[in-house]
Amino acid sequence: MFTAERVADKSDWITTETGDWEIIIGLEIHAQVASKAKLFSGAATKYGAEPNTQVSLVDAAMPGMLPVLNEYCVEQAVRTGMGMKAKINAFSRFDRKNYFYPDLPQGYQISQLYHPIVGEGEMQVELDDGDSIIVGIERLHLEQDAGKSIHDLDPNATYVDLNRCGVALMEIVSKPDMRSAREAAAYVRKLRSLVRYLGTCDGDMEKGNLRADVNVSVRRPGGELGTRCEIKNLNSMRFIQQAIEYEARRQIQILEGGGEIDQETRLYNTDTGETRTMRSKEDAHDYRYFPDPDLLPVKLSEDWLARIKADLPELPDEKKARYVKDFGLSEYDASVLVSDREKAAYYEEVAKGNDKKLAANWLLNEVFGKLNKENVDINDCPVSAAANCAIVAMIAKDVISGKIAKQVFEICWTEGGDPEAIVEERGLKQVTDTGAIEAMIDEIIAANPGQAAKVKDKPKTLGWFVGQVMQASQGKANPQAVNKILREKLLD
Amino acid sequence: MTALNELTLAAALKGLANKDFSSRELTQAHLDAMAGAEALNAYLIATTDQALAMADASDERRKNAETGPLEGIPLGIKDLFCTKGVRTTAGSKILGDFTPSYESTVSSNLWHDGAVMLGKLNMDEFAMGSSNENSAFGPVVNPWRAKGGDQKLVPGGSSGGSAAAVAAGLCLGATATDTGGSIRQPASFTGTVGIKPTYGRCSRWGIVAFASSLDQAGPITRTVEDAAIMLRSMSGHDPKDSTSLKADVPDFTAACTRSLKGLRIGIPKEYRVEGMPAEIEKIWANGMDWLRAEGCEIIDVSLPHTKYALPAYYIIAPAEASSNLARYDGMRYGVRVEGADLTETYEKTRGQGFGEEVRRRIMMGAYVLSAGFYDAYYIRAQKVRARIAEDFKNAFSQCDALLTPTAPSAAFGINARLNDPVQMYLNDIFTVTANLAGLPGISVPAALDNTGLPLGLQVIGKALDEETCFAVGGALERAADFNAKPSKWW
Repeated sequence: MFTAERVADKSDWITTETGDWEIIIGLEIHAQVASKAKLFSGAATKYGAEPNTQVSLVDAAMPGMLPVLNEYCVEQAVRTGMGMKAKINAFSRFDRKNYFYPDLPQGYQISQLYHPIVGEGEMQVELDDGDSIIVGIERLHLEQDAGKSIHDLDPNATYVDLNRCGVALMEIVSKPDMRSAREAAAYVRKLRSLVRYLGTCDGDMEKGNLRADVNVSVRRPGGELGTRCEIKNLNSMRFIQQAIEYEARRQIQILEGGGEIDQETRLYNTDTGETRTMRSKEDAHDYRYFPDPDLLPVKLSEDWLARIKADLPELPDEKKARYVKDFGLSEYDASVLVSDREKAAYYEEVAKGNDKKLAANWLLNEVFGKLNKENVDINDCPVSAAANCAIVAMIAKDVISGKIAKQVFEICWTEGGDPEAIVEERGLKQVTDTGAIEAMIDEIIAANPGQAAKVKDKPKTLGWFVGQVMQASQGKANPQAVNKILREKLLD
Repeated sequence: MTALNELTLAAALKGLANKDFSSRELTQAHLDAMAGAEALNAYLIATTDQALAMADASDERRKNAETGPLEGIPLGIKDLFCTKGVRTTAGSKILGDFTPSYESTVSSNLWHDGAVMLGKLNMDEFAMGSSNENSAFGPVVNPWRAKGGDQKLVPGGSSGGSAAAVAAGLCLGATATDTGGSIRQPASFTGTVGIKPTYGRCSRWGIVAFASSLDQAGPITRTVEDAAIMLRSMSGHDPKDSTSLKADVPDFTAACTRSLKGLRIGIPKEYRVEGMPAEIEKIWANGMDWLRAEGCEIIDVSLPHTKYALPAYYIIAPAEASSNLARYDGMRYGVRVEGADLTETYEKTRGQGFGEEVRRRIMMGAYVLSAGFYDAYYIRAQKVRARIAEDFKNAFSQCDALLTPTAPSAAFGINARLNDPVQMYLNDIFTVTANLAGLPGISVPAALDNTGLPLGLQVIGKALDEETCFAVGGALERAADFNAKPSKWW
């Protein structure tokens, strides 16, 4: 579904002297399939290997070599398609895209133009402000990556590393359904989260296994669509957003100056933050696509598809729905928790045997807060999910107060150790013995008769007594019990 | 006693088994014959040392009673097959001294079965041609000459080196490949037997690709039985070739003497082309008579789309070739001619590395695939291809095999047709259909024409039914009693 009708949120409009503009964005994501072997050869795909050490005879296009499809990659493409709720094509086929370049040994890239393995779908994309948009998926197809040309080792020569040549990519093409850099970023984040849940792509943009080509055009809000430019090969969330912002403003400037946008392919310069022409439409290659006669069509049986579907893990959208429905979490809290697989898994471990909401609050407020502050990834959190589970259990059973819990968490973070043992050894257990609390209260009332007398007229001053008791108990007195007894003694 | 290099492959196997001679003696006899046949230009390389070492190893295995189906048999290998450690050129300059680090599946099957490699055989560049005049290493000369003449004739192509070597006793059999007739037409021109099996019967792995959807390996030999023996070793499923068929390989040799009683043989009426020499008409009719005598029923069938086959073939094959040959870019192996920049390096390398016919086909292929022409040419040609396959399917609902001439003429003179590519392409008129439909076809020598040159008949079978091809081919061979040999002039 192409939702060109959708007009950008006003806060995303670009306003200039001539009025308002909105940006129309479509993305082509190249996601490297998390496979140990390449798409059509058995060569390894390990990142960072010595140049040209992971190259088979097929990858180097030696005479007489033939591609053999890696079925594992097909399965990952299908799983990704299912994750995007897209149509899986029982019949797909590989085509050759012909062009000459030294890092393309065959002289053609094997891709899927005419019959992609995955057709249309759609994804719900949550934005930072809690809203969400629907982004249509046009298609997902499998293709080979090219090698790497290295131009800066020698002023008179280009070196070629074929390690990446033949690695399986999923090209995921969205519809032009995004209206701002932040929406595009949210889409990439959602897609990244999805493929990581599925394990079909590592989603590591730094290693280049998730890259984006961005199509940008501008129009008057709700008006006629403009001519688009494609910005190639963006490999970070920041660059994607900066390139969109720059490109939109560049196009607006041209249009406002009475010019026209040339449909062209552009490159983003990460140093200057600008885009520049890579090739114009006139220079566009004629790729002479045709079905690869070395490969048979891919035919997927219903049984096989059903089996793959049954084996899919719970995906973020379903997980979120379950957290809301079964755990009673808010939509927002649930979407933060499911935003990546590790967070959700961590949460479920903390919540095990505990009150789900309490566990969610604890995690979102305390644990994630600390992780953000210290800039630590959840996978490297020094306090284990099991330890947090124990802390939450102690809060729930009134063994410790929320305040003490934070203290325990800090100790676990800096010193490590078992939370229950810490509470035990350091005498942090909450005092729930009403006799002991009553004795403390009696002592404080006796020492402050004037204050005590005022409480009946000014019930708010009860809080002062609560503070005194908590102080006297070093925070260990159960606040509910303290409140209850104080009320009985001073208000009733 | 027959000279060792004039034995049939089957007879040589018997001789080896009887210890009448050793593989070394047999191999040496061929190496000697090769050394005396340079005028034919059939071999690009004689792998003499390797041949003798392989022969000795074979004799050793025979001593230990470890014999394979081709134990000790010296063979020639078309230079389209990659051979480990032995220069492989595909008949082109562009590959330079390219020496593969790997062995094609088909040739390694042969070595596995005990065969001995004599050398690499000349061919049309990248298997493109019907006369072997497109080799970068000079044309192969047909060992046959017209009666009383001394004009040099072409051996056909593209497997001209294979056919000439077999006809001249320079090997007991040779590997060949057939994309539009490149096994069968040279077999017809040289009085030899050649079979193109069902597409997918032989692995294409390690064979330099011309047109992937049409290329198929097969043997050229002196008898139908020899072809059956050799094809059996060459065949078999190969997981490294996705288009290789997972089919059992039957005992083709047993099929050669199978009774034909009750078999229905179709005669496609569209193969009676205008201007066909009367002699070809005559041997075709003879073929029908011979098969009738064997108890076959001869029936007329129609393959209505035949006339579109050649145009479709000359779209599909160049299209695939234009892409398959893109890898010869001077970047990783083979010849490289430096230019001022990358584009010029590509242009010079490919412009100088490829011969005229290869360049012509790359241009045609790029043209038919280009934007705006793809639907009109490539897609239409694929539709024609589907119709042709359907034609055969319909025909095979009425008959068991088809009998046709192999080629529209006997061998012609070197240089006679060089300047007329279309005339040259017409050589494939009876053979391309089997490639387009993926069917097996065998060419068997049927007679000499009135100038004393051999002519072949073709039997086309159902997919994976090479056995019927061998059975009918065997019967034709016996009936024709073709035992003419080229008289040695070289």
